[in-house]
Amino acid sequence: MRRRVARHAVAGVASVAVGIALWQAIGVRSIPTVSLPALVREAMPASGVSHDITAVLLNFRSYDTLLEIAVLLAAAVVALALRDTPRERMPASQPYLILDTFVWRITPLLVLVAAYLLWAGSTRPGGAFQAGSVLAGAAVLLRLSGLAVLSVDDRLASRVVVVFGLSVFLLVAAGTLLAGQPLLAYPPAWAGALILMIEAALTLSIAVVLFSLFDNAPQSRPAAAPAQRGEA
Amino acid sequence: MNADRLYAYVGVVLFAMAMYAFLTHTHLLRRLLAFNVMGGGTFLILVGLAQDGRGPDPVPQALVLTGIVVAVSATALAIILLRRWFALSRSTALPEDQS
Repeated sequence: MRRRVARHAVAGVASVAVGIALWQAIGVRSIPTVSLPALVREAMPASGVSHDITAVLLNFRSYDTLLEIAVLLAAAVVALALRDTPRERMPASQPYLILDTFVWRITPLLVLVAAYLLWAGSTRPGGAFQAGSVLAGAAVLLRLSGLAVLSVDDRLASRVVVVFGLSVFLLVAAGTLLAGQPLLAYPPAWAGALILMIEAALTLSIAVVLFSLFDNAPQSRPAAAPAQRGEA
Repeated sequence: MNADRLYAYVGVVLFAMAMYAFLTHTHLLRRLLAFNVMGGGTFLILVGLAQDGRGPDPVPQALVLTGIVVAVSATALAIILLRRWFALSRSTALPEDQS
């Protein structure tokens, strides 16, 4: 009990102190002399897209996005390593008329929305992650409703798709280096096409990574582990 | 105080509240949720401060978007680890927090 009180007291003091420090820091921070929005606006014509956030994500700071998809790949690999083996499949349930009809109607629509989001990314908000997460959501819906979707068990195809986005991105990066440009500096004439290609590859990979993170989650029921003391 | 500055201040409050929750709870799922709220507060501070008085700034917005993607996948991975831990130990807290 005393430890509990001490823990709450220390946590309260620490978080209030951090909060006050941050609050003060916001008030006294210095205004940067370089205007990033102005720099981005200047460079927009060479970026290959007309939406500034997409231009930053996939052209000016595409290194960040390259590392982001690498992080997703790492997460997917760890999830694959931790999954239950062998995985018993959900038994085929009897058909639910309303659920099945709804899922079959909504799935093509979700794919269409994902394709639109991917395409819209070059001119307005949208892009690879938004499209990929809609696709992953569609796959999760299919899996939860008991319909067969690509199982991320041992199929080579799903693993290839998981690394597809990073591979395309790395190939483009290597291509720019081979062409004598700095890393990931696209030639302005090709930038639009390259960005769309990378985004399409990223969309597929993000969708499969997010779905496999869902699908590979271990059962929370213990297999045969001896029951231990629960949480106090 | 303009709206952009307000976002940053709300981010600070969220961060401090979530930090308190993160430090006091021992249930791993609660900790994970608190950590996510801390991340949300950080994102609010980043975007709100960057565009304070200067209009939308695409660079921190893109950074935050990347951060959200990484946070989502890291959270999913953390839940997988958590379920594995629960299946093996039947416990929702780390050994040093069990009292």
